[in-house]
Formats: sequence, structure tokens, C-alpha cells
Amino acid sequence: MSTLQTATAAIVRTSGEMAPVNYLNREHGVRSWLLTTDHKRIGLLYLWTLVFTFAIGSVAAALMRLELLTPQGDLVTSETYNKLFTIHGTIMVWFFLIPSIPTVLGNFVLPMMLGARDVAFPKLNLLSWYLFIGGCALALWSLIHGGVDTGWTFYTPYSTTYANSHVISMAAGVFVAGFSSILTGLNFIVTTHRMRAPGLTWFRLPLFVWSLYATSLILVLATPVLAITLALMSVERFWGVGIFDPKLGGDPILFQHLFWFYSHPAVYIMILPGMGVISELVTCFSRKRIFGYAWVACASMAIAILGFLVWGHHMFVSSQSIYAGMVFSILSFIVAVPSGVKVFNWTATLYKGSITFQTPMLYALGFIGLFTIGGLTGLFLAALAVDVHVTDTYFIVAHFHYIMVGGMVMAFMGGLHYWWPKITGRLYPEFLGKLAAIITFIGFNLTFFPQFILGYLGMPRRYHAYPPEFQVFHVLSTAGASILGVGYAMPLFYFLWSLKRGRIAGPNPWRATGLEWQTESPPPKHNFRQTPIVTGPPYQYSPEEDEALEVAAV
Amino acid sequence: MDKFHLFPPEASSSAHQIDWLYFGLTAMLVFFCFVVFVPVIFFCIRYRRGAKVNRANPPEGNNLLESGWTLFPLLVGLGFFIWGAAVYYHIERPPKDALQVQVVAKQWMWKLQHAEGKKEIDELHVPLGRDVELTMASQDVIHSFFIPAFRVKQDVVPGKYTTEWFHPTKLGEYHLFCAEYCGTNHSKMIGRVVVMRPADYERWLTTGETGKSIVFEGRRLFREKGCSGCHVGSSVIHAPPLEGLYGKQVPLASGEIVTADDQYIRDSILLPGKQISAGYDNLMPSFSGHISEGEIMQIVAYLKAIGNQPQEDR
Repeated sequence: MSTLQTATAAIVRTSGEMAPVNYLNREHGVRSWLLTTDHKRIGLLYLWTLVFTFAIGSVAAALMRLELLTPQGDLVTSETYNKLFTIHGTIMVWFFLIPSIPTVLGNFVLPMMLGARDVAFPKLNLLSWYLFIGGCALALWSLIHGGVDTGWTFYTPYSTTYANSHVISMAAGVFVAGFSSILTGLNFIVTTHRMRAPGLTWFRLPLFVWSLYATSLILVLATPVLAITLALMSVERFWGVGIFDPKLGGDPILFQHLFWFYSHPAVYIMILPGMGVISELVTCFSRKRIFGYAWVACASMAIAILGFLVWGHHMFVSSQSIYAGMVFSILSFIVAVPSGVKVFNWTATLYKGSITFQTPMLYALGFIGLFTIGGLTGLFLAALAVDVHVTDTYFIVAHFHYIMVGGMVMAFMGGLHYWWPKITGRLYPEFLGKLAAIITFIGFNLTFFPQFILGYLGMPRRYHAYPPEFQVFHVLSTAGASILGVGYAMPLFYFLWSLKRGRIAGPNPWRATGLEWQTESPPPKHNFRQTPIVTGPPYQYSPEEDEALEVAAV
Repeated sequence: MDKFHLFPPEASSSAHQIDWLYFGLTAMLVFFCFVVFVPVIFFCIRYRRGAKVNRANPPEGNNLLESGWTLFPLLVGLGFFIWGAAVYYHIERPPKDALQVQVVAKQWMWKLQHAEGKKEIDELHVPLGRDVELTMASQDVIHSFFIPAFRVKQDVVPGKYTTEWFHPTKLGEYHLFCAEYCGTNHSKMIGRVVVMRPADYERWLTTGETGKSIVFEGRRLFREKGCSGCHVGSSVIHAPPLEGLYGKQVPLASGEIVTADDQYIRDSILLPGKQISAGYDNLMPSFSGHISEGEIMQIVAYLKAIGNQPQEDR
């Protein structure tokens, strides 16, 4: 069953006891955390940072949803409302979603999945975190000093000439955090190339590694374009150099091309790692090898490449040429295909499995449902004529939340529950976990499904006040958001509780096959007491054997 | 306008086409959801742990199946691409002989002027059953002219003209929204579109403060701003004559040939050095800051009106 020689297993304590010396308890004190180069500790530093940024973004969302309960703008002023959606967008995109799975789960798990003792450049990894903190600090500075009201898209010439808010400091925050992304991407690429355990060939890699690798390529290739774009925007805003503002001889559409050249691939930065997590979860909890391994792996790479060629589909009504629109439309239909391939393969993986429904699996199934709807509604937007009607309405808001929140956040939560025993050595309470997953799923759909209807009715996005006929849908959406809030808050409490009170997990509570499960929980500082040797493909699960175990236990 | 709906009113010729495409896409969504969700739910029940079912020899892949679910969605997607593109091509290209309305967007209002001269703010009156074409400019940031009942939307971009057209098919009042975030009062940059019977529209055009026609205003500005001083034949300064210019091919000093359309004329007023007519010197001062977007549109309309007159020797 195991791909690993049993040499390490002898050293691993039997379940029921925590490993005596591990990465968590071998050093103590703030200093040992702030100067750590251990990828596992850095993963946890990111986790805490992201809990904080997610909280800020959520509070902004909650205030928006409250404001939208009534058609009149009565809770906050228009200016404040505009700042709220800008905070929500910038924080959630750049300071939560883009780093989420790669920096927390990726940092923690990737080296272990490869059988390595750390990432290729541990110090650079720590620098990434400090850059990220620097970016957060700049963004926070701009929030504390009054916020930004450009929307997360920073469209010119509003952002360069007309906005009367802290645009440059926010852009600087995103700029700096971007370097954190680039360095993390670089680190993951080199680690995957150079640090694989003996016998771990490319087509024996877990699919999570493939998806992180594809993500890293995008991080390294696309993020510099964002940096350049934001720098140009700041130059125009600060020194009045004409680049984007037509009054200064610039072209505002140029900004959109540059911005989306980064920001569309960024969508795949946000979803690809989630897809990788789902491949891990679906296999483990159906005790099955993945159906069509090579197809799933290659689909990640296809998405990463094609993702660079579709940016213009954000600009069908921007005055871009209609022929350019057609090219971007057809490419957008094509880029959807590899995502579909993944969904079909996950479905086929369930066939003849031995399926159990622990919390991570519930999140994975939720992901498949919500991502399918999110992806298919994306085709509505790729179909030019319908996009003309629904772009910049709540339809698009609903669509990308199905991908980003229904997809990525569900995958993140699923992954966090799955690897939590590995990270902390303890199990979270299963019942509460399942309950939170179900609450999240219900709350999510109630929040965002009405927004599809609202969007087709014509309700524009980023509206502080709106015509009263739309109110019903906004009330449903706000009600859903409060349920969703409960679904997100619960894990925070029971995870914290489990740190002290959770049942001891043992090295491999899920009886999973990945290399990360072949070492202790929590793992020792250098992950493995002895370098593992890989002799076969991943996901060597056997549903029949599991059923036999079940029968034997009874 | 303010009644609860589950589906927006269909009030233009293109609304119908777009809704059909939307229904087609919805059918596709339902189909693929069915194809994924039914097996997922079925497998989850049938192959749950403990169920006594045959699990022998689980497949690890099947290239035929993989090719199938790669190619089939691709073909479906291409079908919808063609459908979407065909409708898009239709709604993005204004028909000839449409009624002309000029739109100037600014933070946070819409200023509109009908060819006959009638001006409105945040309202647009149009006759039933006629093609209407909007020529739009922005004085500051990007806005977007969105009429959900007509299923039309077009960004209004500073520095260039964009156009939008529709063919109203239903009497009534409909929402007009700014759909591109444009600053503090973005959500107040709204208005209404009123579709009237053609006879009512004619009456409306001539009641109240009707003003002079756009072409008339353009001719007045052409003299007041001093354009005629150089561009009219008798002048001592060597400047290209503008009668008969509109819509023609203009050879440039750079060797390029451009069409003298609205954008070309606008740029020539604001950025005269950008495209110099072949055979002329760069003498004209820029009028940037001395003329509004609305005034430029009027001059363009005037030059368009004299565009059919015979062109003199240049």
C-alpha cells in the first residue's frame, strides 16, 4: 500500500501519542518564529496573517451587505460605500485569495509531498513573508488614512486623475505583495524541479504539486506585468506623466489591457491550487486512484498557458475592436475545456470508490458543485452578446464569487481540515466540521444565487443605492451572507479549541498515501527522519481493501 | 419601471436575440450540471463505505472517454461562440439612417442632445420602431451607457467616441444606468429612457425649449471659434477646406491614409499635430481646454452635414 520503505515507519510513533520533538515544540519564543526558515512555520505565519486579512475583507463585505438591505443609501455615505467595496476587493484578491492556498498549504505541504526537507530557498521563503507583511502594512496604512475608492481594478483615468483617496499607497502595497508572490512562485518551481525524492518522477507527483507548479509559473510570469502597470499608474498620478489619461495624451484602454493581462491569469492563480487540493481530497475519501492522472495534470498546464490569452474578454464593451472581441471570446470558450476535464475526472474517480463523508470531502463535493456552476456561468460571459448585457452587473459578481469563494475558499477550507492533523498533530471535532461545511454551502448559495437573477435584471455592480424593485434579491443575499459568516467563524473557534483539546491524530489519520502522511504529526524539523524513496505512482488506494478493513472492524 | 420582475422587460429588437442566446446558454448549464451532478450524487450513494457493491478492477483512466469529454464541450462551446459572435456583430454595428443622438457623460450626469436640437439631462426620449444611434463622449472618466430593457451597454471613454444603437419595440419607461464605476455618485448617475409613439416624439421634439439644431449650432461655433477664418476657401492661410471632407479618405503627411470620421475630426481639433493632412503645415493651435465635448460634437455634426457638398481643389 505504501510507496515508502517501512524504515521510517519504525521511527514514527504509533498513533495515540504526539511526536516528542517536532517543528512546533523544538524552539520557543517570538524570535524563533520571526526568524524561522522552516517552511512549515512560515506556512503558519501566513495562516495567521491571512486570518487577519480575511477578517478585514469580510467586515467590509458585511457592511456592504448591510447597506444593501435597503434601496436607499442610508447606512454609510456613497464615499464610504465605494471605499468598502474597494477594501473588500483589494484585500480579498491580493491579500487573501492569491496567497491563500499556495502560501499556507503549499508552503506546508509541498516540500513534504516531494520528500524534501524544506523548499529550495528557505531564507527567500521567509523574505517572501516579510514582503507580504510589508505589502499588508502599506495597504493598512492607506485604509487607516482614509481608504481608497477606485475599486480593486484601479481603472484609469479615475485612479490617476480624479480619485481623491490614497491610491498610491494601496498600489504600493499590492506592488510589494506582488514580489512576495513572485519569490514564492520561484521557490516552488525550483523546489519541484530540484528537490524531488529518489524515484519521484514528474508523473508520480501528487496533482496538488502539479497545480502549484502551474500556479507558480503564472505567478512568476504575470505578476511583473501588474507591478509595471501599477508603477505606471502611480507615475501618472504623482508626476502627471501622460500614459493613461487622454487629457495628458494617454490611453485609458491601455491600462485595461495591461491590468487584465495580469488579472485574468490571476484568476487561475486563485483557482488552480484549489483544484489541486480537490484532487487530493477526492482520491483520499473515495479510496481511489485518480481517474485520468495525466489528463488532470496536463489540464493544469493547459489552463496556465491558455489563461494568458483571454484577458480581452473583460473588455467586450470597453470600445475594443469587435474583431478582437471575437478572438478573445473563442479563446475563452477553449480555456473552459480543461477545467471541464478536471470536473469529469473527479466525477469518474468516485466510480467504484469506497466513499466516506468527512469534513474535507464535504468541502470537496461542495467545490465540485459550486465550481461547475461558476465555470458554466463563465461561458455566458464568454458569449459576446450576452456579456454586453450582463458585464458590470451583479451577474458577473455572482459568477466570480462562485469561482473564488465557492471554489477557492471551499478548497482552502477543505485542505485546511485535511492537513490540520498533520499541521497540529490533533484532530478537529468532526461533527462541528461537517456542520460548518454544510452551513457554508447553504449560506453561500443563498448569498450569491439571487445575484445571478439580479444581474440579468440589470442591477449594476458597485451601486450604493438602487431601484426598489431589486430589494427582494438583496435581502436574500444579505440573509445568506450572515449564514455564510457563521460557516466561516465556526472553524476559527473549533480549530483553536482543537490545538489543546483535539484528539491526538497520529501520523496518518486519513490513511492517505501522500509522502506527507508517512512522517510524524506534527512533523520533525526536517520533515523526514530518513529520505523517502518512491517506487510507484501516487494515490495507491484500494477501495476493496478498505471495504475489507471495514468488515474486519465490525 | 419600478415593478418587481424575475426577468427584465424586452423592449428592443436585440433584447429578443440576446434573451434567446441566454436561454440557450441556460439550457447548456442545466445539461452540464445534470451530467456532473447526477453521477456525483449517484456514485456517492452507491459507492458509500459499507455498501455491498462490486468494486473490483476500478478503472484508472480511459483515453476514449477523456477525448470525448474534451471534444464534446469544445464543440458545444464553439457553437455558442458562433451564436454569440453573430448576435454581437449585429448589435455592435449601427445601421445606416438611424436617428442621431449625441451623449456627453460627465461625473455624474448624462447630457444628451437630439439632432433637431432638443437637449435633455439623464433622460432619453426615443420614438417606437425607429433605429436610434448614440454617439458618446466622456468629459472626465470612463462611464457606461446601459439600458437593461434594451440589453445594450457601451463604455463611454474619454478621448474617443463610442457608439451604441437600438431599435425600441415597446412603449414605456425604462432604466438608464451608468455601469462603469465612475466615482462617488456612480449610483446616482441613473436616469430613464422613454419610448414614445413616433407622433408623440415629433410633438415632444418641438415643445418646450427646443433650441437650434445641432448642425445650426455647429455652424455658429465654426465661425465663433474662428475655424472658418482659415478653413474657408477665401482665407489667406493655407488650411485644408472642409466641405465634402467627411467620410472621405485623407492622405496624411506621414504617408498614411485615414478616413475623416468623427474621431479624426475630434482629434484634429484637440490634437492638430497628430495627423497632418498631406501638403499642409502644422499651423493650427490646439483647442484643448477652449471647447467642450458637446461643442466638438456639434462642429462634427456640421462638418458631416457639409460633407456631401462637392469638394474644391485642395
